[in-house]
Amino acid sequence: MSAAMTWTIAGVRSALLAKNISARELAKEFFAAIDRRNPELNAYLTLSPERAYAQADRVDAAVARGEALGPLAGVPIGVKDVISTRGLRSTCGSKILENYVPPYDATAVERLEAAGAVILGKTNCDEFAMGSSTENSAYGPVRNPIAMDRVPGGSSGGSAAAVAAGLAVAALGTDTGGSIRQPGACCGIPALMPTYGRVSRYGLIAFASSLDRIGPFAGNVADAAAVLGVMAGHDPNDSTSAAVPPADYAAELDKPVQGLRIGVPEDYFGEGLDTEVKEKVQAGIALLERLGCRRIPLKMPHTDYAIATYYIVATAEASSNLARYDGVRYGLRVPGTTLIEMYRATRERGFGAEVKRRIMLGTYALSAGYYDAYYLRAMKVRSLIARDFSDAFQKVDAIVTPTSPTPAFRLGEKTADPLQMYLADIYTVTGSLAGVPGISVPCGRTKAGLPVGLQIFGPHFGEGRVLQLANAFEKGGGATV
Amino acid sequence: MGENQVFAPKSERKAKMKITREDVLRVAELAHLELTPEEVELYRGQLDEILSYIGKLEELDVSRVEPMAQVLFEAPGGSHPELRDDVVRPCDVADAILAQAPDAAKPFFRVPRVIEK
Repeated sequence: MSAAMTWTIAGVRSALLAKNISARELAKEFFAAIDRRNPELNAYLTLSPERAYAQADRVDAAVARGEALGPLAGVPIGVKDVISTRGLRSTCGSKILENYVPPYDATAVERLEAAGAVILGKTNCDEFAMGSSTENSAYGPVRNPIAMDRVPGGSSGGSAAAVAAGLAVAALGTDTGGSIRQPGACCGIPALMPTYGRVSRYGLIAFASSLDRIGPFAGNVADAAAVLGVMAGHDPNDSTSAAVPPADYAAELDKPVQGLRIGVPEDYFGEGLDTEVKEKVQAGIALLERLGCRRIPLKMPHTDYAIATYYIVATAEASSNLARYDGVRYGLRVPGTTLIEMYRATRERGFGAEVKRRIMLGTYALSAGYYDAYYLRAMKVRSLIARDFSDAFQKVDAIVTPTSPTPAFRLGEKTADPLQMYLADIYTVTGSLAGVPGISVPCGRTKAGLPVGLQIFGPHFGEGRVLQLANAFEKGGGATV
Repeated sequence: MGENQVFAPKSERKAKMKITREDVLRVAELAHLELTPEEVELYRGQLDEILSYIGKLEELDVSRVEPMAQVLFEAPGGSHPELRDDVVRPCDVADAILAQAPDAAKPFFRVPRVIEK
């Protein structure tokens, strides 16, 4: 791991205030590290040095004038390439948007920069965030910095790898079925999916609109809380963003966890869970008990139906959202003699195999004669899965599970078998469907040295609780259980 | 198949459903996707396997369950998410939008012939 991994948000701040380093020098240090490591990791797709140095200079000027600094002043950050950045190419990992330059910033990006963050560039991901390994990127796979023959997880694999390798202090990812939490687990860093509606989706290029969320990766839980705090809050440009005031997440972090009831659903520990992952997660739960939490056994009986539900709901929404890529308004156009021929040729050449597969699956589930059997049924089962969560939160303060059934797998291991790839998300899609917040925190390593993730779910808008438990777990030695 | 393959699809589910070549072609047409013959065969097999797995949803009785299309919740205190007032706001981005178009003739997007002879 690079020495840059030692930078934290608090560390950047105190170094800037003590004038030990300037924001420009810090950005330069990170770009140099990216130059060294990115050719092998492929974590970044596009770098934005001009934008980064201009922002760093603004921060340095504020330091020189003794002005108050924003909460992320000078902090180098990577942004997943499905999140719009004005004037900075945003490909979504797809050939169909290879030359797309958004005319506006996502609200999350705007808020980060207003808080002083220095955006280094755009990170690699599965095409349109569809995948669990980042192998579906049209720009080549990302490698896991912990084990170079392994995937970093996905779909936000570039953001996870960048933070784990010290090529960013924090990074934005997006999570539709596990795409923040699972790569966080695979790369051994905290990774937070906020409540649906907590962070504006304005400028997030849509995959499945009822599921998509933006959230942070960071080197530690406190930094994840700081990034969330800057992004959270209502946005009039996203009608699904919640009019619920954000909590003071930094203040929640150090609240005592004694007496908190943590639910452990037996349904997350059955068939398919890797033995070593199971042992580590059990050890993690034991650590939480030693910290004073009360363990409550739970049943969440619809867990086993979550993947099937998710792959109907998400693909149905995707088939609709991705209809916009037709060669008319932006992105790739492949000429045709008629409009329909142009659509077909453009989409055939512009989309990769997984995106086409999901568009087909979603189109099938919505088509005449199948809507009731698939889409309507899946929406009903989604209600049952959400009810499992609301019932559980009558009895417990948080739910603790493994993040992923296995540690990071080898590159190429699951690419020929889409269903096996989908099942990598078996423990994360439940919370996605229910809309609750969830974090993955490092929970020991396997004998081969691969990171394991512990997932903590909270009730809607319970990010404070989730972060509080994750912070206590991290401080209590969770990364080495 | 690697060491981590742990969820073998159940063979009894496999026999249940059959996606045909015609199904794949029909869906591809609806989705404006042009598939090569190899892709048609690949997707036929893969969609068949995925939909067989998804068939497990039939095990549940959902006759009395409301569908959930979106995550909706009451804010603490019981208030509902507010909708904004329906007022027109200026959005002066036409030039920036058209600058992204593969073929623009301001103020229009230009496309190939739409109406067949």
